[in-house]
Amino acid sequence: MFLEVKNLTKSFEDTSVLKGINFTLEKGQVLSLIGSSGSGKTTLLRCINALETADGGTISVDGNKIFDAALLQNKRKNKLKNKLNFGFVFQSFNLFPQYTALENITLAPILHIKDECKRNKKSRAERDRMIAEAQETAKTLLAKVGLADKMDFYPCQLSGGQQQRVSIARALALNPDVLCFDEPTSALDPEITGEVLKIIKELAAEDMTMIIVTHEMNFARDVSDKIIFMDNGVIAEEGTPEKIFSASDNERLHSFLSSFYGA
Amino acid sequence: MDFLQITLDLLGGFGLTCLLFFLTLLFAIPLGLALSFCSMSKSVIVKKVSRIFIWIIRGIPLMLLICMIYYLPGLLGKPGSLNIFDAMDRYFTALAGSSTLLYYGSFCAVLIAFVINYSCYFSEIFRGGIESIPQGQYEAGQVLGLTQGQIFRRIVLKQVIKRIIPPMSNEIITLVKDTALANVIAIPEIIKRAKDMAATDALIWPLFYTAAFYLLFVGLVTILLGYAEKKLSYFKA
Repeated sequence: MFLEVKNLTKSFEDTSVLKGINFTLEKGQVLSLIGSSGSGKTTLLRCINALETADGGTISVDGNKIFDAALLQNKRKNKLKNKLNFGFVFQSFNLFPQYTALENITLAPILHIKDECKRNKKSRAERDRMIAEAQETAKTLLAKVGLADKMDFYPCQLSGGQQQRVSIARALALNPDVLCFDEPTSALDPEITGEVLKIIKELAAEDMTMIIVTHEMNFARDVSDKIIFMDNGVIAEEGTPEKIFSASDNERLHSFLSSFYGA
Repeated sequence: MDFLQITLDLLGGFGLTCLLFFLTLLFAIPLGLALSFCSMSKSVIVKKVSRIFIWIIRGIPLMLLICMIYYLPGLLGKPGSLNIFDAMDRYFTALAGSSTLLYYGSFCAVLIAFVINYSCYFSEIFRGGIESIPQGQYEAGQVLGLTQGQIFRRIVLKQVIKRIIPPMSNEIITLVKDTALANVIAIPEIIKRAKDMAATDALIWPLFYTAAFYLLFVGLVTILLGYAEKKLSYFKA
């Protein structure tokens, strides 16, 4: 298995938000996390991406343990060694407003290239070549999300859907093993959620490994290989879309789904 | 004393005003930034101490602070510190291009008072600016694998600068006029010189005339800051 999360726990103050989460994900699969607000799905995603530090449990990617709560000393925030295993797309895009669409995408890769060249004492020419390459990659990614003509636009000149597409390209630029989405369409008008969902579907078709927290049930059913339904900090039900949407006898899941479909 | 002579004399005093203005900015901005980091520190002690310091300095009239810094070392029986003030003053005198004026430590005392006072005001503006940047900007940098330093320099700083230009403009314009307080310990800046003219030559109009110098300077500062604001108007933050 590619991604393995074992016994992950997390509390805020006295509130236990994650109560021992276990799941695995194969390479190239798409996992959707569904559940009502406060069920812990966003916290789970944030723990996996080191935006929160879990209190207990382990996370492994491709057999390498990238997080182990037992190794945390004095509850100090640990810096994940291989944090770039993951890409993260935020609900509110979080593009950098002072940079153009292209610069938003190239900022991190270029800084990483500069760091690496300094560390390995690479020549200036070599560095410039790598930076030019990163810029080309960024342009390709912008074209991929359908925004090749918008590369010199600033975020404030783009619509919400366009901003979210830039932020997907930004996450892809670092070539993540797993791409995570935290309610990628929740801040968008219903009319333009489609353009973002289309990109995610295209990525799924290219066998990108993804974890998606979403309230778009139809989308989750279409795109996912696996769905996890979270309730009150635990995984209440998990399985294929067919199982979740038609063959489960979990009552919480039924009442959750019926609130979407008005059954 | 004709008009030209008076203008030149006042202009000499205004040079000192400008020197105080620029040196205060030069030292108070980095110091204020450091102080703002302290007041946001994770260490409770550092945070408390710096916030109490800011409270004290902002709670004391600047004029009083100038007097305290100028007179206290002597009163505490440390005349040696005045010598340091004096030595620094000789340097500043040379810097101002005037070889005949010696302030016996007063300019240095005033500068220290201004730097302490303004770094406290600046630090609160910086803190407000830094704390107003949404957490999502830091998180976006974090998931892209950037270090804290890179996030601050490459992502947050420019947005902070954009946000603090209006309050900083206010504070900088106040600083231009606060320099007049230096006359309380007899620094021959523009107001002091005009008051001397009133005392020795029975001329009151030069005092009112000084307003023109301040107005001109504030106008210049306003244009510069407006330009900076416009430069950063290409993005919304």
